[in-house]
Amino acid sequence: MELIKVWDIPGGVHPPENKAQSLVEPLGSIPIAPQLILPVSQHIGAAAKPIVKVGDLVLGGQVVAEADGVFSANVHAPTSGRIAAIVEHTVPHPSGMTDQCIILDTDGKDEWVSLVPWEDFDTRGKEDILSRIRQSGIAGLGGAGFPTAVKLNPRANHPIDTLIINGTECEPYITADDILMRERADDVVAGAKILAKLLNQPERVVIGVEDNKPEAIAALTEAADGTAIQVVSFPTKYPSGGEKQLIQILTGREVPSGQIPASIGVVCQNVGTTAAIYRAVRFGEPLVKRITTVVGEALQSQRNIEVLLGTPVSFVLEQHGYNHKRASRLVMGGPMMGFSLPDISVPVVKTTNCLLAPDKKELPPPEPAQACIRCGMCAEACPASLLPQQLFWYAQSEDLEKLEAHNLFDCIECGACSYVCPSHIPLVQYYRAAKGEIRQHRIDKEKSDRSRRRFEFRQDRIAKEEAEKEAKRQARKKAAEEAKKKLAEQKTAEPDAVEKAKTQAAATSPDTGKQQAKLQRLLAAAEDSLRQAHKPQEDATPEQLEKQASRIKQAELKVADAKKKLQAFTDTATASGTVASQTESASGSAEKSNDPVAAAIERAKAKVSMSPEEKLRSSLESLHKRLQKAEQKVREAQAEGSDKLDALRTGAEKLKEKIATTQSELNDIAPSTVAEPTPMDSATSDAASSAIEKAKAKAAAMATMSAEDKLRNQVVALEARLEKAQARLAKAKQEDDENIDAFQTGVNKLEEKLAMAREQLAELT
Amino acid sequence: MLETITQYPIAAALIALIGLALLFGALLGFAAVRFKVEGDPIVEQIDGILPQTQCGQCGYPGCRPYAQAIANGDAINKCPPGGQTTINELADLLDVDAPTLDEEHGEESELPTVAVIREDECIGCTKCIQACPMDAILGAAKQMHTVIADECTGCDLCVEPCPVDCIDMIPVETSLKEWRWDLPPASHEQAENLIATDLGRGQAQKTGEAA
Repeated sequence: MELIKVWDIPGGVHPPENKAQSLVEPLGSIPIAPQLILPVSQHIGAAAKPIVKVGDLVLGGQVVAEADGVFSANVHAPTSGRIAAIVEHTVPHPSGMTDQCIILDTDGKDEWVSLVPWEDFDTRGKEDILSRIRQSGIAGLGGAGFPTAVKLNPRANHPIDTLIINGTECEPYITADDILMRERADDVVAGAKILAKLLNQPERVVIGVEDNKPEAIAALTEAADGTAIQVVSFPTKYPSGGEKQLIQILTGREVPSGQIPASIGVVCQNVGTTAAIYRAVRFGEPLVKRITTVVGEALQSQRNIEVLLGTPVSFVLEQHGYNHKRASRLVMGGPMMGFSLPDISVPVVKTTNCLLAPDKKELPPPEPAQACIRCGMCAEACPASLLPQQLFWYAQSEDLEKLEAHNLFDCIECGACSYVCPSHIPLVQYYRAAKGEIRQHRIDKEKSDRSRRRFEFRQDRIAKEEAEKEAKRQARKKAAEEAKKKLAEQKTAEPDAVEKAKTQAAATSPDTGKQQAKLQRLLAAAEDSLRQAHKPQEDATPEQLEKQASRIKQAELKVADAKKKLQAFTDTATASGTVASQTESASGSAEKSNDPVAAAIERAKAKVSMSPEEKLRSSLESLHKRLQKAEQKVREAQAEGSDKLDALRTGAEKLKEKIATTQSELNDIAPSTVAEPTPMDSATSDAASSAIEKAKAKAAAMATMSAEDKLRNQVVALEARLEKAQARLAKAKQEDDENIDAFQTGVNKLEEKLAMAREQLAELT
Repeated sequence: MLETITQYPIAAALIALIGLALLFGALLGFAAVRFKVEGDPIVEQIDGILPQTQCGQCGYPGCRPYAQAIANGDAINKCPPGGQTTINELADLLDVDAPTLDEEHGEESELPTVAVIREDECIGCTKCIQACPMDAILGAAKQMHTVIADECTGCDLCVEPCPVDCIDMIPVETSLKEWRWDLPPASHEQAENLIATDLGRGQAQKTGEAA
């Protein structure tokens, strides 16, 4: 077998390894915790969806939350018990924030669903194996927790020639992978074989291990004997365990910026993940436990344990004699890339490779940062060949463009630069903050672009609607003009009209008798129903009486209508009769029939040609007329003592108001005799601009006001709003509106708000 | 030819200059027509920086009109939703000093907000729908309305028209996915307190200068 050439990576540091203390004892285990906390999101990508209900009894290995999409992973119950709750709970995350978690009260019986082992996993198809890995909820156990099945399904345009199994474990303190390779080398090798099969047997399958783990190398070499898998050791250096760094060490190829390893034909998997894949494919075991290093001087015993996912960190520490007085802090992950836990109630998750409880001597609190002296040691230490000091400057001044130009996103946040910095500048934190800022900026940009598109689309739509309205208006105008023209033509062709009228009269005369009879019948029927309505009802309730009254009124109306029709008909009948006999009078009748049309046209014409001023004036006139009528009605009502008096009065009031506003508008317009802007412009901009004006004035006023004034203003505004709302409510009550309740709650709310504002004001003054 | 030039040097120079002026004038005129740029590219760029809330707090009906106004020389500090970041970017683009936000137009809010309709109180009047510049409110007359939270820019314009006061502006909560690291505290703050004698060092210097 050809020997693999081992390359070097730029930079890197050699922090104290501190790996011996946790390797004294063999792999241990702890009892099942009374309660397990299972976050639905333990991996990169979409959170899983809970599929159990509170109170459900679950067995070990049962799916409790299902993957939601491709970039997601199932969550399984690690043991049997009852679902106690599905709540927000603190999760292991540097933010110390909460996330949805399924709380499982364990019953201690550890009963499992029946697993389906595959004796013949070697002969199974790739699709079957992949789906089994997906079902088992396997996510990367090394660090980020990337759903494994996605990684094993590279795109067709990325042929894979190298499979790397990452057993580097370069971070100080952590020995979880080391102990796994020592004790379960066979699982790792078997898993590597499965992976090689899934990736179409790549040319090279390499297990990379740092040379500070001779026992692991020996165990793996023995297990891999007789297979195509090579176990390669290389000099210890932090951070050679980074995916991109390890690829560079073992292949000499660099993963291009912003791309994934598959783009250069490499797939990299952690040894823990590889072993978990073997357990899942061969025995059907879902990912419900992992090996975690529990280490630090604040603990009585330091070792590696196999622990159920979801076990609270507090429980794990309790089992190892945790002395919280000695501990300087509690870190999940290693000292270089881990993060301090906000509280110890958080659970162990798929990515928890180490719990570090150092005492104050071991990991003292960071020294205060001093000014950068531009020594350049960070640049020498950077494994990604970046310029940490430049990035630091730009991060401080939040120069996002420059940061991207200096390839901030190639930073793997390994912490080598912070480690070597003689000024103790927390460089990585700057980079993390800057990355977050840039990502947020991108999201904001995307959102604002979308908003712009929506807004522009809306503007277009409104403009289109306006244009359509305008077109209709034009069409109506044109129609009116045509009608006018026709009328003029008709007038010139009067003799024709007379002829027409003659024939018409002749045509209608035979039917006259029939029509008259019909109308008479109608009248009779109406009168009949009126009589019926009048018939007194002895045991009628007031409601029924009311109904009856309305019916009587209707009937009366009908009768009147019928009478009128009949009268009109007899009139025309006699008229046409005369027409038939006398030609001269016919012309007069024809003119008469034309009259109403002509009058309407005249009116329309007048309206069209009117300027806004005239329009207003005419509307004012009509309003005056209406007011007169209304006032008369009011007087009548007063005389009769009608119960409608109030309503009529308010109507008159309203009319007066309208008159006042119209008058003022007229006054506004009067001085400017020039034609006003086109209606379209004013229509579109009026509402918006007035609202904006208002907001502007308000903002301007707010800026110059003191807090007290602001409050006072608020109170005044609220009072005004309340008044408005109350008026609306009263109106709604009068009209028996269906929304009374809504108005009522609105008023109540406003009252509350007002009371609150007043209280605040009282406090201030 | 040469003689006339030597005889009337001033006239010759004038003629030559006029000739040149005509030539270049024609060239420039041609270029202005041939390489004409449609629209105002700077307006596009400014509009790209503005946050597109279309809230009108700047006094213009939308972000684009404000971008146009900036291009015509209006102040760049009238956008409260964009805040100081936007002002800085605009200052960068236009190569001017970055002023602070003009408080007259409102204060920069700490958290982005989103409108939420209390749906059981909505009476379906459609007034908020008409007010929304983003078309982010769904509903029909006499039907319950609701806000599409993803499209809402938090511009506040729908709150005022609501007759039953059932729209709240709720700050957007940061979830785990959106959480990001804060910058470490400024280094000089820490460095000043490194050793006991650092305390009050700045003040001592200042008093020394004063003396």
